[in-house]
Amino acid sequence: MDAINNRSILIRGLIVLIGIIFLIKLYSIQVRDSSYKFSAESNTQRVVIQYPSRGLIFDRQGKLLVSNQAVYDIMVVPREIEPFDTIDFAFALGITVDELKWYFDEMHRNLKKNKISSYRPSVFIKQVSSLQYGILQEKLYKFKGFFVQRRTLRMYEYPNAAHIFGYINEVSEKMIKNDSYYVQGDYAGITGIEETYETILRGKKGAKVVLVDVHGREKGAFRNGRYDTAAVVGQNITLTLDIELQQYGEKLMCNKIGSIVAIEPATGEILALVSSPAYNPSLLIGRVRSDNYQKLSEDSLKPLFNRPLQALYPPGSTFKLLNALIGLQEGVISEQFEVSCFMGYHGGGWSVGCHSHKSPLKLAPSIQHSCNAYYTVVFRKILDNPEYSSIKEAFDKWKTYLVDFGLGYKLGVDFSNENRGFVPNSAYYNKVYNNVWNSVTVRSLGIGQGELLLTPLQMANMCAAIGNRGFYYTPHILKDVNNKKEYVPKQYKTKHDTGIDTTYFNPVIEGMELAIWGTDGGTARVAQIKDISICGKTGTAENPHGEDHSIFIAFAPKYNPKIAIAVYVENAGFGSTYAAPIASLLVERYLKGGVNPNRKYLEERMYNANLLNVTPKRD
Amino acid sequence: MRLYNTNIKNFDWIAVVLYSLLLIVGWTNLYAANFDPEIPVFFDTDKEYFKQLVWIGLSVVLIWLISLTDSKFFVEFAYIIFGFSLFLLLFVLFFGKEVNGAKAWLEIGPVRLQPAEITKFAVSLSVARAMSRFGFSFTKRFHVGKLLLIILIPILLIFLQNDTGSALVYFVFVFVFYREGLNPVIMVIGFITAVVTILTLLFSTITIVIILGACLVLFLLANKHANTLIKSVIIALIVFASLYLIKQYFNSSLSYIKIAFFTIASVTVFLIYQGFKLRAKSLFLGVGVLWLALSFSLTADYFFNNILSDYQLTRVQVLFGIKEDPLGAGYNVNQSKIAIGSGGVIGKGFLQGTQTKGNFVPEQSTDFIFCTVGEEWGFIGTSVVVLLFVLLLLRLIVLSERQHSDFSRIYGYSVIFIIFFHFVINIGMTIGLAPVIGIPLPLFSYGGSSLWGFTLLLFTFLKLDTNRAELIR
Ligand SMILES: [Zn+2]
Repeated sequence: MDAINNRSILIRGLIVLIGIIFLIKLYSIQVRDSSYKFSAESNTQRVVIQYPSRGLIFDRQGKLLVSNQAVYDIMVVPREIEPFDTIDFAFALGITVDELKWYFDEMHRNLKKNKISSYRPSVFIKQVSSLQYGILQEKLYKFKGFFVQRRTLRMYEYPNAAHIFGYINEVSEKMIKNDSYYVQGDYAGITGIEETYETILRGKKGAKVVLVDVHGREKGAFRNGRYDTAAVVGQNITLTLDIELQQYGEKLMCNKIGSIVAIEPATGEILALVSSPAYNPSLLIGRVRSDNYQKLSEDSLKPLFNRPLQALYPPGSTFKLLNALIGLQEGVISEQFEVSCFMGYHGGGWSVGCHSHKSPLKLAPSIQHSCNAYYTVVFRKILDNPEYSSIKEAFDKWKTYLVDFGLGYKLGVDFSNENRGFVPNSAYYNKVYNNVWNSVTVRSLGIGQGELLLTPLQMANMCAAIGNRGFYYTPHILKDVNNKKEYVPKQYKTKHDTGIDTTYFNPVIEGMELAIWGTDGGTARVAQIKDISICGKTGTAENPHGEDHSIFIAFAPKYNPKIAIAVYVENAGFGSTYAAPIASLLVERYLKGGVNPNRKYLEERMYNANLLNVTPKRD
Repeated sequence: MRLYNTNIKNFDWIAVVLYSLLLIVGWTNLYAANFDPEIPVFFDTDKEYFKQLVWIGLSVVLIWLISLTDSKFFVEFAYIIFGFSLFLLLFVLFFGKEVNGAKAWLEIGPVRLQPAEITKFAVSLSVARAMSRFGFSFTKRFHVGKLLLIILIPILLIFLQNDTGSALVYFVFVFVFYREGLNPVIMVIGFITAVVTILTLLFSTITIVIILGACLVLFLLANKHANTLIKSVIIALIVFASLYLIKQYFNSSLSYIKIAFFTIASVTVFLIYQGFKLRAKSLFLGVGVLWLALSFSLTADYFFNNILSDYQLTRVQVLFGIKEDPLGAGYNVNQSKIAIGSGGVIGKGFLQGTQTKGNFVPEQSTDFIFCTVGEEWGFIGTSVVVLLFVLLLLRLIVLSERQHSDFSRIYGYSVIFIIFFHFVINIGMTIGLAPVIGIPLPLFSYGGSSLWGFTLLLFTFLKLDTNRAELIR
C-alpha cells in the first residue's frame, strides 16, 4: 500500500509540475516578453488575398478577344483609421471631398448593419484605375487603416460578341454556399462562357500573409512567406468563334431584331452567334457596370435577351425539309411523289393556300417552290400511315424523328441559358382536342406553323445535320483549353445520328439548291454566290403581333459543307427579303474572305435597313 | 432507490465550488469571445453564450438526476452504458453528421451531440468495474485483455470517425493503471516507444542511433560502469576506424549503415561478455533496450515510409506538430500566443479584447477560448484558471484516495486523468507547449456535449463519494 500511496503523491507532483510549467510559460509570454504586446497593437499579420488573372479568350484564328486590366480596390480596416487630411485623400483618390464623405457614410452604414467588421479589411472604394493608383501609392502611408488590393477586370478587344462572353459580377450568397472556393466579394462569371467555363478561367486564389506595422504599412512577408500560397493564373481558352464573321453578322443585323447562328457542320463548332440588338461587352465591366446593366435591362428591345439560344419561333417553311425526309424514311412517299396545286389545295372540308407555281410538283421542285399543298399532303400521309395502329402512335413516331434532329430538348450547347423549344406529342393534342383529332386537325405542322417552336440554334443545327446528310455534333463554342483539346467535354465529340438514311437527303438537298439556283424560279435567288454551291430554304414565321419574321437556313458548299447558317430577322416579312441576303453575305464572307464588289449594293441595303420601327400589322 | 441519499448537500462542497467557479469564469469568457463591440447588445439569444447558458441550466438538471441515482446503479449498469455508447459511436459512424472533417456528430433537430463525450464516461465506469472485481491482477492475461478491449474498441471507432483528438484521450488510462499498480517498467517501455516513434518522424535512423548511443553512455555512467564504458568506446572507435579505412582503401561498397551496424554489434558482444564477467544484470538490460529501440525505430521508419500513404503520414506529422500545415496549426498557435501575450499582467479588461474578437484567433469560443482569458484578464486571469484546475484535480485525488471501494477510486482516477489530459493539451496548445489537437477546455469551451460530458463524469464521482464509507461493487 505504501508503494501505491507513493504513486498517488507522484501523480499529485505531476499535476503541480504541469501547473508550474504553465505558469512559467504564461509569465514569459504575458509579462516578460513584450513583443507579443507590440505584435497585437500593430495588428501583426494581415492576410492579403492574391487574385489571379482570369484566363484569356481567343477566337478560332488565334485572335485575342478578352484579356485583363489591373484595377485596385481601396481596402479599409475601420478600427485602424486615424484622423487625416480629407482634401489630400480625396485628391489622391481622384474624387471630390463630398464623394469621399459619401464613401465614409456608406462605410458607417455598413458597420451599423453589421455587413462589415471594424477589425477586418473590407472594400472602401472599388476598382480604382492603375493611373489613379500611381498617384495614391505615394501618399497611402499618410492614411492609416487603408491599403490597396490588386484585382483584375476584363478587357475586351472587340465591341462584339457580348452575349457569348457573358459578364462577371460579385458572387451571390447562393454561390458562396454551393462552392467553398468563393468568399464574399469574389467575382465570378454569371452568364455566357464566363459562367460555363468559370472553373477553368478563374485560376486559383492565393494568400499572402504580410507583417504590418502600426501605421498599417506592409513590412514584408510573415516568416519569409512560409504561409503564403501563390495565386494560379486561370487557363486560356480558345473559342470556335470567328470574330470577324461575328462582327460582320452584328453589323448586318444593325437596327434589326433577330439572330444569326453559324455552325461548322463537320464538327458542330459555332462560328458565329449573333443576338440583335447587340451591346458592347465593355459596358458591363468595372464601376459603370451596374448603371449600364440597369439601362440595358430596361431597354424595350431587350438587348440582354440571348435570342439565338432563348427566342422561340415557329420554323415556318424551312420545316418542310424535315417532313420530306421523314416521309421518305417512313416510306409514305418517294422522290417521284407528285401533288397538284393551283394556288392551293382543297380537300374534303379543308383547304390550304399556296402561291402561283407550275403543277404538279415532284419532291425536289416542291422544296424549290415551297409548296404548302405538297407538305400538307405529305404530313397527312405520315400521320395516316397504315403501318401504325393509330394516329397517336404515328404522331409520336414523327416526334422521335424531330427529337433525333435535336429539337424539343436542350441541345447541350455550352451556355446555361439555352431554351429547349417546344415539340408537341400526341398526349398534348389529346388534351387540347379532348382526344378527338386527326391529321387534318394538326395539318399546319406540315408547313412548320402551329404549336411547334424552335430556337435559332436548333434551326442551324438541323440545317447542319441536313448538310451532313444525316448526323450532327452538338453545337459548342469551346475549341480548346491552353491549346489542348482534351479539356473539351466528351459530349461535344459524340456523333449523333438522325435516323434518316443518307440517300434520302439527295432529293431534299437538290430542292434546297434549286430554291437558290433554279432557273424556272426559286424562293431565294437573291442568295446566289458566285462559284459557291450554296443550298438553302426560306421560311416565314407567322407573327400574330406584327409583320411576320423572316427566316433563312442554308449550308455551303453542297458537298462537305463548311458552314451551316440560320438567320432570323423579326418583323421583316418574307424570308427572301432580309434573312436570305444576310445569310448569303455571311457565307460568302466566310468561304471567300470577302464580298464580291457586285454584291456591295446588297450589303449596303442590309446595313441601312432599319426594321425597328415597322408599324405593327393590323389584324 | 435509497431516497436518503438524494440530498445534493452531500456532494463534496470544495469540488462543487471549484466546478462552479470554473463554469462561471468559463461562461464569462465565452460571453466576451462572443461579444461584438460593434453592436453592443447586452444579451442576444442568437449568440453562443446564450445557448451555452441553456446547456448550463440543463447541466443543473443533470446533476439533480445524478443525485437521485443509486450509486450501485453505476456499477451494475457500467457495461450496459458501455454497450450503449459503442452503439452510438457506430451509429454516428454511419449516420452521423460531418463537422470539420470529423464524422462524429449526431443531429437531433436543432441539437448537435457528440457521442464520444459520453464514451469517456462509459469507458471510465467499465474500466473501474473490470479492475474492481475480486482477484483482478495485471499479471492475468485475461484481465489485461478485457481492459485493453474496453479501451481500444472506442479508440478504434473514434479514429474511424476521423476525430483523432478525442481518441487520444483514452491513452490516459495508462496513468490510471499505474496508480493501481501497473509495473512502471511497462510505462517506461511505452514511453520510450512513443518517444522513438516521434523521433523517427523527426530524424533519420542514423540520428536515432546516435541518440540511443548517448542514452547507453548515460545508462552505463548511472550504473557506475565507467570502466566498461571506456572500454566500449575504445572498441567502438577501433572497429569503426578500421572499417572506415577498409571502405576508403579496399572495398568502397561498404555502406555507413553497415559500418554502424558492425560497430554496434561488436560493442554489444563486448557488453554481453562484460555482463557475464561482472555478473551485472543491468548491462544485459541496457543492451536489450538499445536493440529493442533500434529495431523498433527501423520498423517504425519502414512503416511510415512504406505503409502509410503520404496523406496519412502528413496527418500524423501535423498531429505531432512536426509539420505545420500552411496557415493551419502554426499560424493559429502564433495568433493564439499573440492574443494571450498581449494581455500583459492585468489584461485589457472584460470585453476589451481585440485579438480574440477580430477573428484573428481561430475557434475562439471552442478550442482557443483560453486566449480570451489571457487577453482580457492577463497573467492574473490565466494563473487563476490554471490554479483552479490544479486545485480541482488535487481535490479529486484526495477524494479518490479516501474511497473505501476500489470501484469508486479507480473511477475517480479515470475522471482525474481525463480532465488532466484536456487541461494539459488544450492550454498547452494555446501557449505553444503541446501539439494542436482539437479538444475542448473542460467547462470553458462552447459546446453542450462537452459540458454535459464533464458534468456527468465529475458528478457521478461526487455521487459515488457520498457513499465512500460503503463498499460499492
Ligand atoms: Zn403549292
